[in-house]
This record gives sequence, structure tokens and C-alpha cells, in this order.
Amino acid sequence: MATQSRKRPFWTIERRDAVAGYAFIAPQLVGTLVFVLIPLGLVFWYSLHEWNVLANSFNFVGDANYQLLLRDPSLPKVLTASAIFSAGLVVLNMSLALLLAILLDQKLRGMVVFRTLFFSPVVVSLVAWTIVWSFLLQNNGGINGFLQIVGITGPNWLREPGTAMVSVVVVQVFKNVGLNMILFLAALQGVPKELYEAARVDGASAWKQFRRITVPMISPTILLTSIITIVGSLQVFAQIAVLTQGGPGVSTTVLVYYLYQQAFQFHYFGYGSTLSILLFLIVAVLTFAQWQLRKRIVFYEN
Amino acid sequence: MPKFTPLKSTVAMASLMLPLAWSGTAWAQDAVNLRMTIWSANEAHLALFNEIAEGFKQSHPNVSVTFEPLPFDSYTTTLTTQIAGGNAPDLAWIFETSAVDFVNSGALFPLTETLTAAEGYDMADVTPGPLELWSKDGTLFAYPFSTSPFGVFVNNDVITAAGAQTPAEMIEAGTWTWDNAIATAATVAESGKTGLIVRDFEYKTWQNLNTIYAGWGATPWTEDGKTCTFTSPEMVEAMSFIHDAIFTRKAMPGPGETADFFAGDAAMTVTQISRASLLPKENAFDWDLVPLPAGPAGEYAMIGQAAIGVFAASPNAEVAAEFLGYMTNPENSAKLSQFFPSARQSLLTAEALGKTNPLLSPEQLENVVIKGITTGKVIPGHTGFAQIQQNVRAGLDSLWVADADVPAVMQSICDSINPMLMR
Repeated sequence: MATQSRKRPFWTIERRDAVAGYAFIAPQLVGTLVFVLIPLGLVFWYSLHEWNVLANSFNFVGDANYQLLLRDPSLPKVLTASAIFSAGLVVLNMSLALLLAILLDQKLRGMVVFRTLFFSPVVVSLVAWTIVWSFLLQNNGGINGFLQIVGITGPNWLREPGTAMVSVVVVQVFKNVGLNMILFLAALQGVPKELYEAARVDGASAWKQFRRITVPMISPTILLTSIITIVGSLQVFAQIAVLTQGGPGVSTTVLVYYLYQQAFQFHYFGYGSTLSILLFLIVAVLTFAQWQLRKRIVFYEN
Repeated sequence: MPKFTPLKSTVAMASLMLPLAWSGTAWAQDAVNLRMTIWSANEAHLALFNEIAEGFKQSHPNVSVTFEPLPFDSYTTTLTTQIAGGNAPDLAWIFETSAVDFVNSGALFPLTETLTAAEGYDMADVTPGPLELWSKDGTLFAYPFSTSPFGVFVNNDVITAAGAQTPAEMIEAGTWTWDNAIATAATVAESGKTGLIVRDFEYKTWQNLNTIYAGWGATPWTEDGKTCTFTSPEMVEAMSFIHDAIFTRKAMPGPGETADFFAGDAAMTVTQISRASLLPKENAFDWDLVPLPAGPAGEYAMIGQAAIGVFAASPNAEVAAEFLGYMTNPENSAKLSQFFPSARQSLLTAEALGKTNPLLSPEQLENVVIKGITTGKVIPGHTGFAQIQQNVRAGLDSLWVADADVPAVMQSICDSINPMLMR
């Protein structure tokens, strides 16, 4: 062994550890590379081309698709619809989730049952959930049938511009509110009880306690859920495809649905890719802005 | 390092196995699996297709064909997505509305040579009219296996129960017009059932309304496809009539309402005769099939076409074209024509059709099928149809409210699609 010890073996402990380490992260790395980074690069590459699958054409056009983006008469309407959808969804989802979480945070009998009930839509298949709602929302469907019993003539939910948007927002909120609720619930239960006791001793009202203790203490969770919800709201597709197909008119044609129409229905894959770059930029800017806000608003103990 | 022998042996094994796996495709080269996308998941249709595929196996024992039903309303989208993903089928049904796009795309395999060479094919037997849409510079790129006239299926039980006049009675009296058809539908609707359904329209597939507004002599665009004609007086009048039928007389199901004629919910439905296979076998009702009612512009007929094309990119395009030749030869065309009327002259007689259409009476065949195919106009399509379709759909949404301004809506549709028609 003495002769060997002079020549350092190739497989040192460090190298073996490094190989093992890379081997462990390899599946994730390969996945990210193959399904995220490479497609991202390709989408940018496609966006510089005029690519019509049906006409079998793939030509480099430089920034023509980006020029088109600036001149597209439909785009302002589409972005407005996206903004309305996201704003409605985030406000409704977050406030409902927080309200439910606070209600379920009470120490009462049977709370576990309610938690399960409110969470269950999260695990239901999205399309199945939406199809059931599409039946309920039909003009002669379940919701208007119920309203009829109490003497109200309900609107034709999915066919009128205002109510169609409200319908897709509410269907989406009910689907996912349980997830944010659970996150809020966990955060609420992490708030030290002695803070409330101290506040009570000082004579703080329930609202004051909520405003001055609960909200600051759970603000990291509020930030997290708002990022997830906003990003998720910009990616909404299935509900629109099943419930309204972007209609009536173009009132519920959100960015992702418009992208789908351009690429898969009208066969303009190049322009569709350009739209997805736009979506990527919007999500990136919004997320960046939220991280900046974090420094000012969010409370961290350490 | 003994630790790494498993790794080394794995590499060694892989280097041995991989070339073997590649050559695996060579082993299976003889077996050909053809895939054909269709938009019917109807069991009777599928059974017939499978029977034809089995027949082809007699002469080509190595070839099997699988039929892949795709949903009707997203059919073309799904198909083009498959093409975009490099997973094009070998053969596909194609709608008449996207015919221009597909034929001009260069994605389809030229068929003329293979079909004329097929044994006993007799190309001269096929009526040239229906082939026009599917040809470019004298070469056929998809074979219109179904030239299917639109007719009106009638549920006499529902109509009699409501005390209204049946279409058969009106035809007898020479009063089978849209006005009277809607009158019957309105009476039925008052009785709690649904009046008249334009099948698959559902306030999205507006091109199916061609079956109504053609009765006013209205078309969506000019013959050359360059100019929008939604603003024409005929179209405005026809759309006003449809609007009135829906919102004032409640003779047609409103937006967001569903009803199924073939489940016995409605008095009448406008659809193609291939839907006869949906007629209930148990608890059957007293049904009838009549031609489209006459409009202010007189009698008319509409046909929907479906063709089968072979994708040039398929490694088995030649065999696929041969299969298409077998599928649409005189013998199999006769079988297919029980659901999908053939454009073969030899099959366009009440006698020939009667053999394969036990469901339909000779009068129904003569009045709806033969008359329809010989006099009917094909539902108009256009280059870039999907985008035009979508824009008209979005524009028409503002027509489907009770207090719509019909001329204004028609103007807005033309404003939005005229630039696309020019292209």
C-alpha cells in the first residue's frame, strides 16, 4: 500500500461525493433543462419566424412578429380581459381564503370536517370541475333553476359579457381557494399566542389584534400566496376553453387563450410564440415587483 | 475499482443493446400500422370502418388500420396540433371548410395516380362537382367520401302531441317553408318541448346556419371569397328571422340551453343524414326525414362534405393511399353510403341507396339525398377559415341577445373579417 499512497488515486473522496451529488440532482436538472430551459429558448427562436403548420412554412422574419404585437388591434382587449380576470381572482381568492382560514382557526368541534370540505376541490380534476360548473351555469342549468325557486330570473351567466367574466373568476376561486386557505391556516397557527394575550391585556380590540398582529405576522405567507395566485391567474386556460371559449365576443379572451387561438387554431405558431414571450415578461416583471415590495411591507422576525 | 464494474458493464450492455434496438425498426418494417383520425365516435360508423380495414387485410396482410376518433368541435385544432408535434396521422378526415387550407398546404399526398390505378376503381363514375374543392391544378389531394345533404329530422310524436302541423302534412299541402316550420316549432316549444335545433350550431359553429340563411339567398362572402356579404339585405333579413325565431317565438333553443333531438327532446333538427345512426333503437319515436324548408328565395339544398386525405410526410403514404383507394372503391362506397352518401353516380339512385339505407324510405332518399347531392351547394369555406370563423363567432355573440341591432352587428362582422378575406 505504501507505493500506492504516493500516487493519488483518481477517485478521491471529494470527487466521489461530487459524482454522487450530481447524480442525485441529475433527474431534476435534466427535467428542467429538457422541459423548461430548452423549450424557453426554442419559443424565443420560433418567435423570430413565420411558422404556419398547415401551410408547412418556417421562415426567418426577424422582429416582424414583435412589430405585429405592437399593431395587433385585438391585443389591448385581450390584455384588459387578462387584467380584469387576474385582479378579480386575486382579490376574491385571497380575501376568501383568509376569511375561511380565520373561521377555521377557531377551536370548535368538527373543524377538521370543514377544512377537508373546503380543501377537496383542490384535488378534483380541473376539467371535470369546470365541466360540472358549465352545466350548472347554463341558462336552463342548476343555478338559474335554484334562483327560479326563490323567484329570481338569473342572467344567462356564460353568454353575457359581465357575468361571463364573473363566472370564470368564481369557478376558478372555488377551485383553488382551499390551497391558499391551508397556507393561511398554517401561518395563522404559527403566530405566537402570547402576542394576543399581551395585546388583550393592553386592551386591544379584535380588529386591532388582527390588523397589528395577525397581518404582519403572516405577511410572508400573504406575499407567497399572492405571487402564486397572480402567476396562476395569468396562466388560466382550461376554464376559459371549457366555459366560454373566450366569448361572448372577446370579453373572456385572456392572454393564454389568445395565444392558444393564434398558435393552435389559426396556425400562426410564430406569433403564438411571440405572445408567450410577452406573457413570460409580464410574469417576470410582476414577480420582480412583488419581491421588491417584500422589503417594504413584509415582516420578518430575523 | 470493483465498485465501478456495475457502471462499466452497464455501459457495455448499453453499447451492445442500442444498435440492436435501432435495428428493431428494421425487423418490423413489414408490418404497417396506419392511423386515421375521424370525428365520429359512433359505434356503427366504427364497426363499418373496421370491417373495411379487415377487408384490406385480405390483399395486404401486413397492413392494419386504427381509427382515432377526435372530438367534433375541436377536430381541426387537434389534427393540426398533431401535425405540428410531428405526429401527423397517416390519413385524416378533413372538413369542407378547411379544404382550401389543407389542399394548398402541400401537406397532402397527391391521390390521382393511385386512385385511377386502383383495381376496379372507375374514377369516371365519381361526379366531378364534389371533387373540385379538393383538387389543385387537376390533381386530387383528398377524396370527398361523404357528400352529405342537410335535411330536417322530424319527431312526429312531439309535433302531434302539441297539436301542430307536421312537415309531411305541409309538404303535402305545398306549404313547407321556413315561416311555417318555425310556426310548428314555436307551438311545440309552448308545449314544453324544444322546437327546432340546428345541430352542432350551439352559438359557436355559425357556419351551420348556412342551412337556414341560404334559403334567403344569403352567403357569408362573395363567390371569389374576397368580400364580406354579411351586410347584404338577404343576410340581414335572414338573421333577423333567426333572431326572431330564437328570442321572440322561442322556437329554437336560446344561447346556453341544451336539448337533444335524438333523445326525443325536440320537434325538429337540421342536420346531415349521417346522423340517422343516432336515431334511438329502443323507445323509438315516429320520425321522418324531409328536405330543408323553402326560404323567400325558393327551394334550395345544402351539403356538407368530408374528405379523406393522406399526409405526404407519412412514411407509409403510398400504402395509405392504396387503402384509401380500397376504402372508396365502388363496393365499399356502397357500404359507406348508408351513413356517408357517395358522390358516385352509380350509387345515386333510390334503388342503390335503398339497399344500404334500410332506415330511410325511397321517398326520403329521393327527396333529401339524391336531390340534395345533385342540386345542393357546399357550405362555403375559405383560406384561413379558423381565424375568420372565430371572428364571425365573436361578432355574432352580440346578435344573440334579446335586443340586438341586427344591421349593426352584421356591419361589425364585415369590418372585422374583410381584411382577412382580402388576404
